[in-house]
Amino acid sequence: MSEAASNIEWITASAMIVDETGLHARPAVKLTKLAKTFEASVEIRSQAQDRWVNAKSPNAVMKLKAAYNTPLLIRASGPDAAAAAEALADLVERNFDA
Amino acid sequence: MPETLNERILTGVPVSGGSVLGVCHRLADKRFTRVKGNPGEEAVALRNAISRAGKELEELSAGLDRLAAEILEFQQVLLEDDDLLEPVFSRIDSGESADGAWAAVFAGEIAEYQAADDEYMAARAADLGDLRDRVLRALSAPQSAGDTPPDGAIVVAGDLTPSAFLELDWTRLSGAALGAGSATSHVSILARARGVTMVVGLGELDETPSGATLALDGRTGTMIVAPSSETRARFQERIAQEAGLKAQEAEIARKPAITRAGRKIRVLVNVDDPSILDTLDPDICDGIGLTRTEFLFSEGPPDEETQLQAYETIVRWANGRPVTIRTLDAGGDKPVPGVTLDGEQNPFLGVRGLRLSLLDRSLFRVQLRAIARAARLGPVKLMVPMVTAPFELEEAREELDLAIAELSKEGLAHARPECGIMIETPAAALTAADWDADFYSIGSNDLIQYVTACARDNPNLAKLADPCNPAVLELIGRTVAAGKARGVEVSLCGDMASSPELVPLLLSLGLECFSVAPAQVGPVKLAISSTEGDMANGE
Repeated sequence: MSEAASNIEWITASAMIVDETGLHARPAVKLTKLAKTFEASVEIRSQAQDRWVNAKSPNAVMKLKAAYNTPLLIRASGPDAAAAAEALADLVERNFDA
Repeated sequence: MPETLNERILTGVPVSGGSVLGVCHRLADKRFTRVKGNPGEEAVALRNAISRAGKELEELSAGLDRLAAEILEFQQVLLEDDDLLEPVFSRIDSGESADGAWAAVFAGEIAEYQAADDEYMAARAADLGDLRDRVLRALSAPQSAGDTPPDGAIVVAGDLTPSAFLELDWTRLSGAALGAGSATSHVSILARARGVTMVVGLGELDETPSGATLALDGRTGTMIVAPSSETRARFQERIAQEAGLKAQEAEIARKPAITRAGRKIRVLVNVDDPSILDTLDPDICDGIGLTRTEFLFSEGPPDEETQLQAYETIVRWANGRPVTIRTLDAGGDKPVPGVTLDGEQNPFLGVRGLRLSLLDRSLFRVQLRAIARAARLGPVKLMVPMVTAPFELEEAREELDLAIAELSKEGLAHARPECGIMIETPAAALTAADWDADFYSIGSNDLIQYVTACARDNPNLAKLADPCNPAVLELIGRTVAAGKARGVEVSLCGDMASSPELVPLLLSLGLECFSVAPAQVGPVKLAISSTEGDMANGE
């Protein structure tokens, strides 16, 4: 995100996307809503791309087009970073409570 | 008088009604002009518009089923997406207008979604476009409450959705003039059913402001803006003449339809929403030839009791006359939230009509049960739309058997309806004799569309989508002959049957059963009684 990103301490996590359609609108909405409940900066990226995107932006998450059966990488930084990373990974693993 | 110089004549496509004079009332459409303020004011204007759009989406989704609400939820969260909004506000900071900045950023995003080369992402581009327009509307329409047209007004809009049409009280309005649309679009069908004077396909209407005097002719498809006193006098004369004709039509509507050669013709009515029956006398018709059940699905699938109530109202109204109920004909240009499939490249050739019902059997079962239960009150005929192969009718019948077996087991009163098909595709028309159908009903609007390869909602093709195309007439003639050979009824329930000028042609093809828009019963019966209509071509 920012140029100072390299200096930030990130807590990371990852989870497999099990929905056959990949990370689509409904899961994207759930993921961003959850991310927004944390103070920490939360970013995600798909394995296919190097770019991290803001997990609190539904538009950015949607455009990620994370595919079925690939891991979703999560990183968080800030006061509740550990809880944020864990909660997001959990949600993905629960297949967004579909 | 100088006003003569200002008279402007626009030509569109006639839909229904006659001559009217009235004051123009423009309905808000997507295009607006607004005055730009300073960056601070523009930012506030956009924030307010975003919050208004959010509230609208919230209200809208409250009445929807889960799937439809989820689609709207994606739009709602986008309104709270700081990453998406940040570039809009920075454009405003550097001097762009709120609407300009919003549209520009969304144009970029939409292009990105479309470029994804992924049907799902492309469909989300439509969501973004929808959201863009909603906020633009909120930006430029500060008071939507003042949008009620005055009595006697002629409503003018770029286009009108069926729901927007139904929200207006047409008993106190003079007519409607639309820039887009065609004679067979659904809003046109609704207008014709109610006898509303309507002209569509008028093109650009930017220079037709609210308050201007308009003269509208629903028979020729012309609209005259700021008519001269001469034109106004001519219209007033015509309005008086038409009132006389209307009285004549109202009188003949109560009599049986008989050609001059003595051939008895049945005239039935098409029903979209049972409320239309409130003002209609059953004695003017020989029954209901088509009930469009889509009206029940406008807010998602209705339960069995809701459907049963609607069907019972119709069967009771008919009072012993036959009532044909068409199973859900969603898809094509009639999407139903939560029922029809999203993202089809070509919905007119997609999963629509019976194809959809056979895909969602539980939805179909509910409708079949409601129809069979209503059939205990009078002669009900069940009609399946959009078929091309006889096995589809067989599958529908098997579903009807299952529904009836369920009702018997549950001890619920019911009766088995006759089971017929709509002839809307060339395949069904060419093979009509091979179907084990209890009756045929020709859906001429779709038949014309599929025979001439002209989308029914495309005004540029109005000339080619010709009901009198010899290929269309050939298929109608063959269907009539197939019905006669098999000894089953053939009716025509499309717009062709409602057009008095086509009556002699249809009679010559042997047609003996017309199902028409309620407002057209008089005009069609008048045309029948003034046609020779001997049996030369019929038998």
